[in-house]
Amino acid sequence: MSTEAAETTAVEVVDLSTTPLRELNQRLHDAGSDPAAPRHWRVVHPNGAHAVAAGLDADVEVEVEGHVGYYCAGMNKRATVRVHGNAGPGVAENMMSGRVLVHGNASQYAGATGRGGLLAVNGDAAARCGISMKGIDIVVQGDVGHLSGFMAQRGRLVVCGDAGEALGDSLYEARIYVRGQVAGLGADCVEKELRDEHRAELAELLEHAGVEADAGDFRRYGSARQLYNFEIDNAAAY
Amino acid sequence: MCGIVGLFAKSSELESSLGEHLAAMLSQMSDRGPDSAGVAVYRDPAPDGSSKLTLQSADRLEDWDALGRELEKAFGDSSEPAVRGNHAVFVVGAEAGDVEPWIRAAHPELRVMSAGRMIEIYKETGRPERFVEQFDLASLSGTHALGHTRMATESRVTTQGSHPFSTGLDVCLVHNGSLSNHNRLRERLRREGIDFQTDNDTEVAAGYLAWRLREGASLEQALDGCLEDLDGFYTFLVGTIDGFAVLRDPIACKPAVLAETDDWVAMASEWRAIAELPGAEDARSWEPAPGVVYAWERAKV
Repeated sequence: MSTEAAETTAVEVVDLSTTPLRELNQRLHDAGSDPAAPRHWRVVHPNGAHAVAAGLDADVEVEVEGHVGYYCAGMNKRATVRVHGNAGPGVAENMMSGRVLVHGNASQYAGATGRGGLLAVNGDAAARCGISMKGIDIVVQGDVGHLSGFMAQRGRLVVCGDAGEALGDSLYEARIYVRGQVAGLGADCVEKELRDEHRAELAELLEHAGVEADAGDFRRYGSARQLYNFEIDNAAAY
Repeated sequence: MCGIVGLFAKSSELESSLGEHLAAMLSQMSDRGPDSAGVAVYRDPAPDGSSKLTLQSADRLEDWDALGRELEKAFGDSSEPAVRGNHAVFVVGAEAGDVEPWIRAAHPELRVMSAGRMIEIYKETGRPERFVEQFDLASLSGTHALGHTRMATESRVTTQGSHPFSTGLDVCLVHNGSLSNHNRLRERLRREGIDFQTDNDTEVAAGYLAWRLREGASLEQALDGCLEDLDGFYTFLVGTIDGFAVLRDPIACKPAVLAETDDWVAMASEWRAIAELPGAEDARSWEPAPGVVYAWERAKV
């Protein structure tokens, strides 16, 4: 571990090929309550490690130089985590606030159960992106896999590419915007009119995620709200 | 959970160090599958008219030299045994289809791990890092290889329940996942004359592939058939004499990463296994899509 003093803003560099992951995460956790702790961190040689920069609750910026494994930036609060590579399953899972940016692709269940903050993926996200999301905003520049937005309760999922099968299955009140093709909508997910207020919120989300796209090119999907209450006429199906 | 790795060499330099890389990849997947480990390595083709068999003995003091003499007597020609751990590889001057039944009949105490012209399968219970040492994997050269670390869910932790499973001459299968219709399918395949040694679900998938290949399907057709006939979770890696193929079930809960450089193609459950390879940081890397067969083959000379 070393400190690059030459830069105007000191960057704390942590090499995961020589530093144990727990030591890195502990130091990042401690930064939440220590005003003297470094604000800028650079993690090199992650080599697919699990849970890199997970559980942060600190106003820090973390640059991860390479591919990461499961649960990177999980439960993130306040921090900005940028992954300069691909992320394994469960990136930004249950994020509370802050920003997680993946420059490559994200594997399955990216942003799952997230409650707040922004997850931006420059490449594709695999299956189950935003599953059970509860307030997080997710912007994917590429495609998302099947069952994305499954049981999504709150928040916005923006897909600039295509969406796989069963998009928004059993959707609650999350809003989904897709620019490309949708392979299929899940149960109770329907296309809805893209009104001015939606164009405005979408434009803001795209700008926030640093994506140049025209909000007018997207289609909006949401819940038909037919699964909210038990239909007595369907009793025979159970 | 289980761990899968696969490595296909595109340069002769990588072929000579294949075992070393395979060992590093397998060790990285150790905590995904601490129960047992195994590899299939494709190397040193047997001459025309000859075949290569990997045998395993529960008895560590097995007299492999004596078996070599018996094979020579029965088939006119047999190599010295190449012994690794409790396995030995023989190159015999006859077709595998003749040698394999002879071994099963004359030595029912031995297990035929693999048969073909290039394949060698080694597998054993215990920690993968120990397996890597025991079988001196790092010393193996080869054109391509598959590996597996097992965390058993469906059946017992035994050598025979370990992966890879041989699915016919020079073909083998490793699997991450669990199949739910294996009992019924096993019975169906038994009626087709496919032989099973264990109650393991992956062996049924291996038997299914062996049956489809026997009935004339191409590897790709046989794998496509899995999407119809197998119920459950799977990421499969199938090794053939020319290369390997990857298939994930349509739900695709089980992870998989593919990567390619000018020197190699690699597949693994997780990036950290591929990160062990030279030039990995600059490799093209992606997640295989669900229900799609990905295959690499060596150009046939």
